[in-house]
Amino acid sequence: MPAREGTYGLLAEFDTPGDLIRAARQARHDGWRRMDCYTPYPVEEAAEAIGFHRNKVPLVTLVGGLMGLTAMFLFETWVSVWAYPLNIGGRPTYSWPAFMVPAYEWTILFAGLSAAFGMLALNGLPALYHPLFNAPNFRDGATTDKFFLCLEALDPKFDLVEARAYLASFQPVSVAEVEY
Amino acid sequence: MATSEVKHNPEIDPATGEYRVIAPGQTFRSVTEKIAGIVLTPSTPLGWFALFGVGGAGATMLLVAVTWLFLKGTGIWAITQPVAWGFAIINFVWWIGIGHAGTLISAILLLFKQSWRNSINRFAEAMTIFAVVCAGMFPLIHIGRPWLAYWMLPLPVTMNVWPQFRSPLMWDVFAVSTYATISVVFWYIGMVPDFGTMRDRSQSKIAQYCYGLASLGWRGSVRHWMRYETASLLLAGLATPLVLSVHTVISFDFAVAVLPGWHTTIFPPYFVAGAIYSGFAMVLTLAIPLRKFYHLEGLVTDRHIDNMGKVMLATGFIVAYGYGMEVFMAWYSASHWEAFMMWNRMFGPMGWSYWVLITCNLAIPLTTLWSRKLRTSIPYMFFISIVVNTGMWFERFVIVVTSLYRDFLPSSWGTYRATKWDYMTYVGTLGLFTALFLLFVRFLPMIPMSEIRMMLPGAKITPKATAKAGD
Repeated sequence: MPAREGTYGLLAEFDTPGDLIRAARQARHDGWRRMDCYTPYPVEEAAEAIGFHRNKVPLVTLVGGLMGLTAMFLFETWVSVWAYPLNIGGRPTYSWPAFMVPAYEWTILFAGLSAAFGMLALNGLPALYHPLFNAPNFRDGATTDKFFLCLEALDPKFDLVEARAYLASFQPVSVAEVEY
Repeated sequence: MATSEVKHNPEIDPATGEYRVIAPGQTFRSVTEKIAGIVLTPSTPLGWFALFGVGGAGATMLLVAVTWLFLKGTGIWAITQPVAWGFAIINFVWWIGIGHAGTLISAILLLFKQSWRNSINRFAEAMTIFAVVCAGMFPLIHIGRPWLAYWMLPLPVTMNVWPQFRSPLMWDVFAVSTYATISVVFWYIGMVPDFGTMRDRSQSKIAQYCYGLASLGWRGSVRHWMRYETASLLLAGLATPLVLSVHTVISFDFAVAVLPGWHTTIFPPYFVAGAIYSGFAMVLTLAIPLRKFYHLEGLVTDRHIDNMGKVMLATGFIVAYGYGMEVFMAWYSASHWEAFMMWNRMFGPMGWSYWVLITCNLAIPLTTLWSRKLRTSIPYMFFISIVVNTGMWFERFVIVVTSLYRDFLPSSWGTYRATKWDYMTYVGTLGLFTALFLLFVRFLPMIPMSEIRMMLPGAKITPKATAKAGD
C-alpha cells in the first residue's frame, strides 16, 4: 500500500458521551459521512448517530456454525459407514443420533471461532498502526475516559479550516489535527 | 411514596435510580487507574512471591509425580480391578466442574443482563481456563501411554484406524476440546480493549510493545465496538449451550455404563448443577482474598458475594434433589443391585465418604446460606466456599469409587486406597492452578475495565444531554 501523507482528519475531544453523541448526530445531519467516534467503552447511541447499522457478525457466525455442523456430521458418517465400519453391539453403522453430539460441539466451535475472527476481520484488526495513534491526546484518553469525534479528510466536505471551525462550534475540549 | 423510599435507600444510585453494584464515587479514570495499576506497578507485592512460591512448589510436585508416572506406568496409582477409575477421573470431573462457573458467569449472566457479573467475569473466565488445563491433563496421563494421546483425535494414524463415534468417551474429546478453545477465545476477545488501555497506560517500552501486540491495535472506534458487542453476545450465546453440553457429555461417560450408581438418567442435570455449585465456590475462594489483597472492595462489593451465595443456594438445592432422587430410585426401581449399591454407599466400608459429602454439600451450606447476614459475612463465605469445594470433590469420589468397588459379583469386590502418587498429582494440580492464576493476576487486567466503565453513573446518557440533536 502506498504511504499516505498529509492530514488524516480532525479529532475533537469531549468529556462526556452525551456531548459526543450530540456532535456526531449534528455532523451526520449536516452531511458528514467519513467520520468515526472513539470511546473507551461501547456507546451504542454514538454508532447510531454516525449511521452505523450494518453488522455482518451474526451472518458470519451462522455460516461458520452451519459449516461446522455439516463438516462433522458428514465426516462421522463417512468414517462409520465407509472408511472404518465397526459393529458395536449390533447397532447400525449409520447411527445418526450418536453422531449429533460431536456435530453439535463442532457447530459451536466453528460458530464461536467465526464470531471472534469474523469480528476482527470486519474491524480490520489486527492493525498495529493507525494515524490516530499520532494524535497527542489520544493515548491518554481514548481507552480511558475521553470521547472523540474524528472528521476524516477523505470526506468530500472536508476543508481543514472550515472543519476546524465547525468542530469548535460543539465546544469540545480540544480539536487536534491528525497526520498520517 | 415509592420514590421517597428509593431516595433514602443507600443501595440505590441517585443518579441512575438503579441498584448499585459498584461503590459510589468512582469515575472512568479512577477505575482504570485502579485496575491497570495493579498490573503496571513495577513493584510486585511480597505476598505475591510467597504465594507463587507455594503454587510453584505444587507445580513442581506435579512434575515429579507425572515424570514418575511416565517412567513406571499407571501402576503407581491405586487404580486396579474393580476400581479402574480412581483419582484421575475424580479430579478430571472436579476441575471441569469448577471451570463451568466461569463460563456461567461470563456467558449466561451476560445473556440475562446481570451486569453485576462485570466485576468478576474476567477472573472467573481465567479460573475456567486454568481449571480446564488441570482437568484436561488427567485423561491424558491416565491413558497409560500418553505419547499416544493423539490417537483420541480422528486422525488416520499409522494403522489407519478411525475412532468410534458412538462412544461417550469420544464425545468427551470433542466436548472438552471445544470447551477449552471457546473459553480461551472468549477470554482473549474480552481482554482486547483492555489490552488497548494497558498499552496506552504503560510507561515501559517492553510493556507497551507486548500489550500493543496483544491489543491487536484496538482503538475504540464505535463501529468496532458494535461488532465487538455483537460478537461477545454471540459467543455468550454459544458458550451457554456448550457449557451445559460439556458436563452432560461427561455424565454420559458414567450414565451409559450399566453399573448401579452410574446407570441413571438424572446424571446430566445433576452434574451440570454440581459443576456450577462447585465453580461458584471456587470463584468465592479466589475473589475473597483477591479483593482484600488488592483493595478491590469497591468493585467486587459485598453485593457480589451475596449474589454468589444465592446462586450457590439455588444450585445446591438442584444437587440435593439429585441426591434425593438417587436414593428414591434405589428403592423405587425395586432393583436389588441398585438398593444394595445405595446401602453400601451409605453404610459400607467407605460410607464415611458419603456422609462427608452430605455434610459439606447439603447440611452446612443449604441450612445457612438462607441467612443474608451470613451471606454477607466475608469470613463465613470463604469458609463455605472451601466446604463446598471439598464436598463436591467427595461427590465425585463417591460416584466413581463407591459405585465401582462392589458391583454385581461379590467375588470381584475390592477396595480402593489412594497412593501418595495420587495425592501428589492432585495437590500438584492445585499448585499449578495457583501458579497460573497468580501469573494472570500479575500480568493481565483481572477486572474488565471497559465493562466496569459501562456501569458507572458517568456512562448514563440522559435524553436531555443529547436533546439538541439534528432534529
